[in-house]
Amino acid sequence: MTASDFSRLIAAAADTIAAHAEELTALDQAIGDGDHGLNMKRGFEAVRAETNGFAAKPLPDALKAVGTKLVMTVGGASGPLFGTLFMALGKELPATPDRAALTVAFNKAIEAVAARGKSQPGQKTMLDVLQPVYEALAQGKTAGEIADAADKAAEATVPLKALRGRASFLGERSIGHMDAGARSTALLVRAVAEAIEGH
Amino acid sequence: MSNVGIVIVSHSPLVAEGTADMVRQMVGDEVPLAWCGGNGHGGLGTSVEAIMGAIDKAWSEAGVAILVDLGGAETNSEMAVEMIGEPRSHKIIVCNAPIVEGAVMAATESSGGASLKEVVATAHELSPS
Repeated sequence: MTASDFSRLIAAAADTIAAHAEELTALDQAIGDGDHGLNMKRGFEAVRAETNGFAAKPLPDALKAVGTKLVMTVGGASGPLFGTLFMALGKELPATPDRAALTVAFNKAIEAVAARGKSQPGQKTMLDVLQPVYEALAQGKTAGEIADAADKAAEATVPLKALRGRASFLGERSIGHMDAGARSTALLVRAVAEAIEGH
Repeated sequence: MSNVGIVIVSHSPLVAEGTADMVRQMVGDEVPLAWCGGNGHGGLGTSVEAIMGAIDKAWSEAGVAILVDLGGAETNSEMAVEMIGEPRSHKIIVCNAPIVEGAVMAATESSGGASLKEVVATAHELSPS
């Protein structure tokens, strides 16, 4: 991956978060504390502002730096959770990963996010999107199919009862709403998948 | 100072500062104490950077006990401890306890010269699970 490829990924991620910030906030207002869109936008704009510095690094270091920036700037629990996802990918990926290496690294990164959030798939969180994305990766699906799997997985959080995070305080009342973190994860997966496919 | 330090992390700076006031009323200056609250941008939330700063401020060789309010404060505190890294991270514990009662009880225990383990155990006794 070249520096310009990585810059394109950052722009795609920051663009989709900015474009959907209000939607993410509305989802979070329904069953959370209503700051997810703004928090994620702040974090990804902070990453965008340092695109050149990040893109100049080897891929593992670039991903770690993006993760650290998210941890420091998002301001909610999403900061450590999304930050851990990127930091773990940076830790696990080689400098020039192939599909197999990406699949292995993605699985490790999911484990790191699960540990950070003391959560597991099925609890109405971002993990409910990450896990099917991993499975699609492992099954050799195309970028478009992986993005579709992510969207479908985010939709599938609607009937779930939240067991982690602020939404869990609502118990049964969390049923019927999409998880904001699952939605933002699906948005990021689609943005990255389309940026890579369009290359 | 050799007493265990106490760090208070709330989503609200008002809650964090108020809790710190209550701790000070109990233990005066005998316990290293720091608080942080808010997302660093004027809103409710917690900031890893601010938590790391509070840990530095309340640092004691005897260790630091962190009291948190809601989930994000816990997740961000654990992240802050990890980013501080070894060897200090071994001496920092995020307590599972109600923030106000936990901070006051933990600080009172610390002011008597208790170990980090004892301070944390006192806070944990307040937790139903």
